[in-house]
Amino acid sequence: MTPLVEVDRLVKRFPLTRGVVFQRRVGVVSAVDDVTLAVAEGETLGLVGETGCGKSTLGRLMIQLLEPTSGTIRFDGEDVTTARGARLQGLRRERQMVFQDPSGSLNPRRTIGAIVAEPFAIHGLLRDRDERRARVQELLEQVGLNPEHYNRYPHEFSGGQRQRVGIARAIALGPRLLVADEPVSALDVSIQAQIVALLRDLRDRLGLTLVLISHDLAVVRHLCDRVAVMRAGAIVELAPVDELFEAPQHPYTCELLAAIPRLPIGGGQSSSST
Amino acid sequence: MLGYVVRRLLWGLLLLLLVSALTFVIFYVLPSADPAQLRAGRSGSLATLAAIRHNLGLDRPLTVQYWTFLKRLVLHGDLGYSYYSDASVRSLLFDRIGPTVSLALGAVVVWLLVSIPIGMISAVRPRSWLDRLTMGGALLALSLPVYWVGLVALYLFSDDIGKWPLLPGAGSYVPLAQSPWEWFTSLIMPWLVLASTYAAIYARLLRGNLIETLSEDYVRTARAKGLSERRVILRHGLPPAAGPLMTLAGLDLGLLLGGAVLTETIFGIPGIGRLNYEAIVHADYPVIQGTVLLAAMFVIVANIAVDIGYAYLDPRVRTA
Amino acid sequence: MSAGAEALLRVEELRVGFATGDGVVQALDGVSFALERGRTLGIVGESGSGKSVAALTVMGLTRGRRTHVEGQVLLDGEELLGATAERLRALRGEAVAMVFQDPLSALHPFYRIGAQLSEAVRAHRDVDRAAARRRALELLELVRLPEASQRIDAYPHELSGGMRQRAMIAMALANEPRLLIADEPTTALDVTVQAQILALLRTLRDELGMAMILISHDLGVVAEAADEIAVMYAGRIVEQAPTQRLFAAPQHPYTWGLLTSTPRLDAPRGAALVPIPGRPPSLIHPPSGCRFHPRCPYAREEHRRVDPPLAPVPGTPAQQVACLLPADVRGALWRRLAAGATPDEARSAAGLAPEPAA
Repeated sequence: MTPLVEVDRLVKRFPLTRGVVFQRRVGVVSAVDDVTLAVAEGETLGLVGETGCGKSTLGRLMIQLLEPTSGTIRFDGEDVTTARGARLQGLRRERQMVFQDPSGSLNPRRTIGAIVAEPFAIHGLLRDRDERRARVQELLEQVGLNPEHYNRYPHEFSGGQRQRVGIARAIALGPRLLVADEPVSALDVSIQAQIVALLRDLRDRLGLTLVLISHDLAVVRHLCDRVAVMRAGAIVELAPVDELFEAPQHPYTCELLAAIPRLPIGGGQSSSST
Repeated sequence: MLGYVVRRLLWGLLLLLLVSALTFVIFYVLPSADPAQLRAGRSGSLATLAAIRHNLGLDRPLTVQYWTFLKRLVLHGDLGYSYYSDASVRSLLFDRIGPTVSLALGAVVVWLLVSIPIGMISAVRPRSWLDRLTMGGALLALSLPVYWVGLVALYLFSDDIGKWPLLPGAGSYVPLAQSPWEWFTSLIMPWLVLASTYAAIYARLLRGNLIETLSEDYVRTARAKGLSERRVILRHGLPPAAGPLMTLAGLDLGLLLGGAVLTETIFGIPGIGRLNYEAIVHADYPVIQGTVLLAAMFVIVANIAVDIGYAYLDPRVRTA
Repeated sequence: MSAGAEALLRVEELRVGFATGDGVVQALDGVSFALERGRTLGIVGESGSGKSVAALTVMGLTRGRRTHVEGQVLLDGEELLGATAERLRALRGEAVAMVFQDPLSALHPFYRIGAQLSEAVRAHRDVDRAAARRRALELLELVRLPEASQRIDAYPHELSGGMRQRAMIAMALANEPRLLIADEPTTALDVTVQAQILALLRTLRDELGMAMILISHDLGVVAEAADEIAVMYAGRIVEQAPTQRLFAAPQHPYTWGLLTSTPRLDAPRGAALVPIPGRPPSLIHPPSGCRFHPRCPYAREEHRRVDPPLAPVPGTPAQQVACLLPADVRGALWRRLAAGATPDEARSAAGLAPEPAA
């Protein structure tokens, strides 16, 4: 069965330039360095790693928010690396992203109703205002918000609620692929659980293919089927989730797992990690 | 740091080149009237016009003209000749630059000495009656036009026509070399008048910046270290807050060096501003061109100096 | 927790309120705890719990025209709340020191770290620059900063997150404080660096015999480093116990909520995450009665009216909880929850009929 998303030998380099008038390339940063990966439809893939490993860049490349330096991207079997214009626009409907910072990713000057309605406006769908409004309110309810808060502004909501708005916006067009970039890192612990539960719920109900980017291995273990561990732009280990956590192969994966603080619930000794 | 300085200097040179080109275009290429006629002003006889035309090489292609212009400018410092005043533009500018520099630098010193303490006190005690008083006063000061303040000052304090004769009046400027004391007293009123608006702006600006800086995490850390409040404010709060002030001061100084027309006119100071004004009134083209070029140069140099100063202050900027 | 007079730090009924345009934000509403020399107290809570405010108030950093502080803070018997500003200044960075969450914003961007460390030393000791610099280098080596002799002249933005945090810790230790307060010291760091920094803190505490208060929203971080844990909610301590005890037999429904809503690596993968419903309460108009009742799945009608005090758990006086549920009911509920039941299942199994409480 063809995977939904495939990236082949994907490379993304950012140039480091010096020079006043004539900018010379003095070096490059390989944010993503020769990554090959396939995500099956309906699967939940976790991308984990520490700061600077390239997981966010890879996520953005997968939905073509960034252009790769080289390599190919396939969606539903088709090579879309060079897609532009209307074709790319059409693809956007199928692939959406949820961002990390719920405050920064919502325009503070627009109501949440307008924010969630915007995808429709951009793609020329649901032109009828009442229809659109009804659909937006439906979406708000799906993510656990009160549909009557349609006309409120982001600053009137808490972090967790704003993240729900971001999610509503992302699923508005009925995408097949959802990339969530650290969706709960900026939230309080008890709210994190709510959003994780929401993501799982939506994924099951809407049949989404989910790519979860996170530095929090425990959350990844909870949601994902397969996990890719990244370091310095490359995937060092890719395995089904149980295997990865029970029998990690790569030394870096072992290091990451060992570093996670354990809760000594039930009276057991807490592990010292060094 | 050195790399940063070199980069800034190179940029500056490039900008100066661009400014010279722009000046050339404005004063040589664009005028619809005959450039020679314009330069001759009202006193152009046919012979003068012919001489000017030859001088400017008006029959040569534009690029050659520009090259001649640039060569003269850079190699000989030749800014042209004012037929109206019958003197080289350069000598005119040299004569007038002393007073302008005296006025501008003095004003900058005054307004910084005034605005920084006031801004600091207001920031340390926000919303207190002192804060409201100073900020209200500042608002008033910057609302009053400088020429009005100048005239009122003369009317009140000048020793020839004032109600309470205290300070020398208009037209009493003497060069520093001639008599330092008289130079100094003749500039007191102009300095205070010119500085008033700027002091107000800077005090308000510093207050706002400092209030913000004092709520930053690193200031909290400084207090947590047990540093004296004075040290916290002066060494941890003030430098980041003063950065933008420094940038602004540099630019303002650069602009003032191009001539503070109003102040110079009111107080009869023979500076570049006055020169410029007179040149405009008499359509003395070469002089106007000269002052424009000079003003642009001052602004560019000030800009560079300020950038370098900022990099010295904030190390994060040095990698830019 | 002993009530001995030798407690290094004793906080009694601390109340801190901030006057704002919307009313008084009561950030702390009757917090009491004690800390002995060489021991580590972990304070766990989310935004609005008051944990950071408690730390800042101990340091005297919450004083202001709009702040109203009541209660007692005793450091080695000396009352801090009424102390003069000068006395507090002398104690800060000397007897009590603090490490903050984000070292990039907590260190001054304009000055080299060596200079910032020297400044911390010279604020309390009369030494010349050379001596202060030697001490700064010594401190950087103490915190195991790699290539300390070069990094001492680096600017904060030139260092990685972990190195910056080490520098901050070094700065806090400059004058060998009796008490170190670390406010979310690892939150801004990657997980491997976090482990290193926590290990460092433990080592330093052992080497220097300091008392430490470790504040975090992450129970895991606190579990590794603290002897005793206080769980805070809405400006109060709702549960306090020695670390082992807290995880073996947690007593407060909020603590249960924190434990069951975080995915754990040692629990089965399919184990349900039970989020705590609702949101942290307003501190201007806190809920009536028990402050947690609007979000508590086990709340009764009475809990809306009565505000439970923090009281010892029968049988284990070292553990305290502020909850109106009877101890045996709590035990039964937790046993079910720990075995994987949902709150509803646990409640019915424990024989509590669901009563609408919110």
